[in-house]
Amino acid sequence: MRHLMSPLDFSTEELDRLFDLANDMEAHMDKYAHVCDGKKLATCFYEPSTRTRLSFEAAMLNLGGQVLGFSDAGSSSASKGESVSDTIRVISCYADICAMRHPKEGAPMVAASRSRIPVINAGDGGHQHPTQTLTDLLTIRSLKGRLSDLTIGLCGDLKFGRTVHSLIHALVRYENIHFIFISPEELKVPDYITDMLKEKKIPYKEVIRLEDSLPDLDLLYMTRVQRERFFNEEDYVRLKDFYILDKAKLTLAREDMLILHPLPRVNEISVEVDDDPRAMYFKQAQYGVYVRMALIYTLLGLDKKQA
Amino acid sequence: MLNVGKIEEGFVLDHIKAGMSLSIYHHLQLDKLDCTVAIIKNARSNKMGKKDILKVECDINMLNLDILGFIDHTITVNVIKDGEIVEKKELVLPKEIKNVIKCKNPRCITSIEQELPHIFVLTDPEKEIYRCKYCEEKCSKRF
Repeated sequence: MRHLMSPLDFSTEELDRLFDLANDMEAHMDKYAHVCDGKKLATCFYEPSTRTRLSFEAAMLNLGGQVLGFSDAGSSSASKGESVSDTIRVISCYADICAMRHPKEGAPMVAASRSRIPVINAGDGGHQHPTQTLTDLLTIRSLKGRLSDLTIGLCGDLKFGRTVHSLIHALVRYENIHFIFISPEELKVPDYITDMLKEKKIPYKEVIRLEDSLPDLDLLYMTRVQRERFFNEEDYVRLKDFYILDKAKLTLAREDMLILHPLPRVNEISVEVDDDPRAMYFKQAQYGVYVRMALIYTLLGLDKKQA
Repeated sequence: MLNVGKIEEGFVLDHIKAGMSLSIYHHLQLDKLDCTVAIIKNARSNKMGKKDILKVECDINMLNLDILGFIDHTITVNVIKDGEIVEKKELVLPKEIKNVIKCKNPRCITSIEQELPHIFVLTDPEKEIYRCKYCEEKCSKRF
């Protein structure tokens, strides 16, 4: 039995198979509409995350399965002091697969070690959020046709952004990837990531202004720059516009550059960009459902059954 | 020069970094054993300048080499039987240590699930870095 704790749990070959399956599901939804008939997904969300939970639920419903679960710790037995280890033992009696989000880092791993059913980490604190990374990879692969030979700009809060760190770790496994990190000084990527890139001899550049690097990019991954991350208001006011993508800045970008964002967006991508053919962040949310469908199908062992 | 007598059976931990012997004494839980222990601090050493030595008279199987390897794998472990050194054990960095140190990350699941063992895994043998099995928090300073 397999679980998903980190995006690196799958080899690149296994990811290729997963993404092929997701693309097949996208193209032939009818073929998969009943493959999970009679199966149940438990969504155990110890903290609210509507988007991720609904994406998991939509994925299971698309496969013909059913869903049950809770959406915050207050409505679960955790409020009575039940441990994650006990909860998952009970959930194992009710469902066939479980997606778990927990504010404490490592909680889904504890669950997986005690579980009789596959557990998917749906986000554990600031640690991992593997299905977001798989969503990002599937989006890039589907829209660019490859995960290698890319110049990728990551923009915004690169210091605290879990999504960005996971994506970098996942992408370094592919060939000929160039990174351009676009962030204010205060929110630069942590040293352990740049050390890792140096060690693996993966080229990267760190810049402050978005405009400086836009013409070089195959892909721009935007994240939010939060006011509270700055040391002072002055710096925030001075820098915040650098990290707002609008139509004027987009004129500098290539015609085939993809714009991605894990969402929710606040104001870092101007709404006027939404109609641009390069804006793919809502499509990305759609890929999030396909990749979760493929993941549920694979972890339930249905791929092997069919083969 | 201070003289401490021979032991018949047990182990002599030599080349301990000066000042570390008491910490090792506690981590090996020697305080819980009813046996003779000599703690020698700041002994003269050609190699190290100053060093600590621990002599413990006990069953030789009672030593937890994993903990010792984690604390300092450069310590020399002499196994004594019938008053003679019968073996010099080599210490290696253990791949995993259980309940030796606690994860200090307040966001780690170990901070709320009391019965969970605190497990650290060797992730970088070259830099001797251990990380919490659950949250991957780095154990920055071993001792």
